[in-house]
Amino acid sequence: MAAVCLYFQVHQPRRVKRYRIFDIGSDHHYFNDDSDGNLNNRKILEKVTKKCYLPTNAILTELLEKNPDFKVSFSFSGIFLEQLEEYLPDVLSSFQKLIKAGGKGEFPRVEILSETYYHSLSFLYSKEEFRSQVKLHRERIKSLFGREPVSFRNTELIYNNDIGKEVEAMGYRTVLTEGVDNILGWRSPNFIYQAAGTKHLRLLLKNYRLSDDIAFRFSSKEWSDYPLTAPKFAQWISSVNGNGEVVNLFMDYETFGEHQWEDTGIFEFLKSMPREILSHPDNRFVTPDEAVTLFPARDTLDIPGYISWADIERDLSAWRSNPIQHDALRSLYALEKRILQSGDKNLIEDWRRLQTSDHFYYMCTKWWNDGDVHKYFNPYSSPYEAFISYMNVLKDLELRLKQKSNRNRTRKSVSG
Amino acid sequence: MKVLMFGWELPPYNSGGLGTACLGLTKAMATQNVEVTFVVPYKVDVHLPHMKVIFAGMPVKIKGVKSLLYPYVTKEGYYSALSREKSPFYGCDLMAEVRRYSMLAAEIALSEDFDVIHAHDWLSFGAGIEAKKVSGKPLVVHVHATEFDRSCDHINQEIYNLEKQGMEAADKIIAVSQFTKSTIVNHYGISPDKIEVVWNGINADEFRHEDGENAVSVLKKGGYKIVLFVGRITMQKGPDYFLLAAKKVLQFNPKVYFVIVGSGDMEQQIMQQAAFLGISDKVVFPGFLRGEELNQVYRAADLFVLPSVSEPFGITPLESIVNGTPALVSYQSGVAEALKHALKVDFWDTDEMANKILAVLDNPSLIQTLQNNGHEEIKNFTWHSAASKCLNIYQRLFKRH
Repeated sequence: MAAVCLYFQVHQPRRVKRYRIFDIGSDHHYFNDDSDGNLNNRKILEKVTKKCYLPTNAILTELLEKNPDFKVSFSFSGIFLEQLEEYLPDVLSSFQKLIKAGGKGEFPRVEILSETYYHSLSFLYSKEEFRSQVKLHRERIKSLFGREPVSFRNTELIYNNDIGKEVEAMGYRTVLTEGVDNILGWRSPNFIYQAAGTKHLRLLLKNYRLSDDIAFRFSSKEWSDYPLTAPKFAQWISSVNGNGEVVNLFMDYETFGEHQWEDTGIFEFLKSMPREILSHPDNRFVTPDEAVTLFPARDTLDIPGYISWADIERDLSAWRSNPIQHDALRSLYALEKRILQSGDKNLIEDWRRLQTSDHFYYMCTKWWNDGDVHKYFNPYSSPYEAFISYMNVLKDLELRLKQKSNRNRTRKSVSG
Repeated sequence: MKVLMFGWELPPYNSGGLGTACLGLTKAMATQNVEVTFVVPYKVDVHLPHMKVIFAGMPVKIKGVKSLLYPYVTKEGYYSALSREKSPFYGCDLMAEVRRYSMLAAEIALSEDFDVIHAHDWLSFGAGIEAKKVSGKPLVVHVHATEFDRSCDHINQEIYNLEKQGMEAADKIIAVSQFTKSTIVNHYGISPDKIEVVWNGINADEFRHEDGENAVSVLKKGGYKIVLFVGRITMQKGPDYFLLAAKKVLQFNPKVYFVIVGSGDMEQQIMQQAAFLGISDKVVFPGFLRGEELNQVYRAADLFVLPSVSEPFGITPLESIVNGTPALVSYQSGVAEALKHALKVDFWDTDEMANKILAVLDNPSLIQTLQNNGHEEIKNFTWHSAASKCLNIYQRLFKRH
């Protein structure tokens, strides 16, 4: 039996606008770029909505309505959802409608996963902050979709044994992560694994070859399997029968229409792929929670070092490989205690919005040497520009924090 | 392959980047079996082991005749040089002297054996054209700068005409950047197909990395930072924008010295501007420096700034990076298109220039990241690869002939 577990990550950061040293102390709005450029968060959200979210939602909703065997799972970052609420409530409704189309019950056909609200790297710096953000995310998911997630995926599928332990203690049954070759060795990503150091936590591993065939290679004319058709892909899935139980296809939701444009035929592919897969009697679709109920863990995976789904390295280097990234992260988390103690809602929110992993991704210089595809994802003209604006913003945040604590002190001395 | 090359100057007697470029290129060619005959309007005794240097005057046997042409010469500059010489041999004005020099060059072409002619910038284009006429060999003109870079909006029409004639007569044009190629296409009406871009280089292994105390490094005592400008003090190089940015930086961080290395026609004006801005005590003018002395200043600096208004390439940022000091370069430079691991700014945006200078001074991690990556990136900029590209151009022309 080959079960297909489809999971889409839906996320948009609040990109930091160009923020100069002269803005410190006078401009406390960090994310409100209103230019025609790539730092205008609202404009980007509108663009991606038109190209991806609305058309893809329509396709998936129809698939769910017409095909009772089709299943899918989503992880929405909180920072994405709050931007939808702020700018495009209709799109939020469209997601709500899609989720409704998957029904309710023990295993709804659309599963929603847990993650950190701010799509952050908080686990690496503060477990307390990590737990707070997971809780915030749960609350938002419950209020918007009426669901209580049981499966977890950390930002960019970052995982190690410690995360497994922590997440199990928080009550989750399953974690999604990357099927990294040097962890798996001879083993296949197409089975369920037990997480080392946990009692029952199950790991679902991304089959990166088949996932990336859609997410990255779909429109690549240099690829020997171009063009990718639904029957061809379904055949690859079917060939897993006998040597695997679940094929985890994990990718950015923006694959559909944004990374792979409409004219590549990606939407036609998505429409017919489920039917083609199900045409083989041994195939089926599953959600993550259903997968770990159906299939036993075949082995235990020990993952002491951090892995992720980013780049060929599949480690933390996309966010933490040069001095500016380390410096920005260190400076950000150094503020944690004072920010939280201030009790100031706006300060805490801005500080958390600055935790989104994308900010540090934009500062990465490792792939910049060959100027490859990653440039596509960087709205700044260089990693250095990203860093300079970010550090100026942190200075302003710190200034506000100081002013706030001065005011508090004054108030105390007045009242005391 | 034998090349007859016409230049302006060669180190150590150079006054600018053109001489550095000619030497780097010629040395690299010598290692690739290219025989270079380098002709300069010079009178000083220059010995370079890999090259046969001929003075423009000598082979035409006009004894004691030297050319009064010198690099970056202007009409006025020529007159004053001429008035000092009081000799009837020289041309009565700059253009006459350029024509005279071109004719002498043509005579060298008659006596030398070569396959291709390579002329650097307008001063030697006339010589290149004459050499092509008498020898029938293909001509490559190498554009390191145009009149539009040097003179901003006060174009000398005669120089412009000479440049245009050279470009038109050439079989191939080498531009030092895409930036310069666009100038040649847009202002000289040359077809882009005729122009190839060859970035300048630097021989990183020729630089030592010893820190010595010098007049500039002592400024760092007491926790001061150093922001460096190196270049001719002329409008083209944007020293005035550098000062405007300095003023803004000092408002946020008073513990910074701005060091302006070089000399030029705007020197007095820039000193006065510093006084007018009230920052004279933070702006230092050590004069023109070269060699190890200059390298020490590069190494003492925390950041190098190239604020050029129009810079065809810009070798100084490469020199700075080789010396371990990151660079902030204007987008109006060729080097901005070549370097990824440098900070960039529009020369006129002095707010942003100050913002970036302050970011570097405030964040050691930024310096470290730029250094680490710059150290790797600079390895791609070698004179060897520039010379290979030139050689490739020669070979294609040679075959066609």
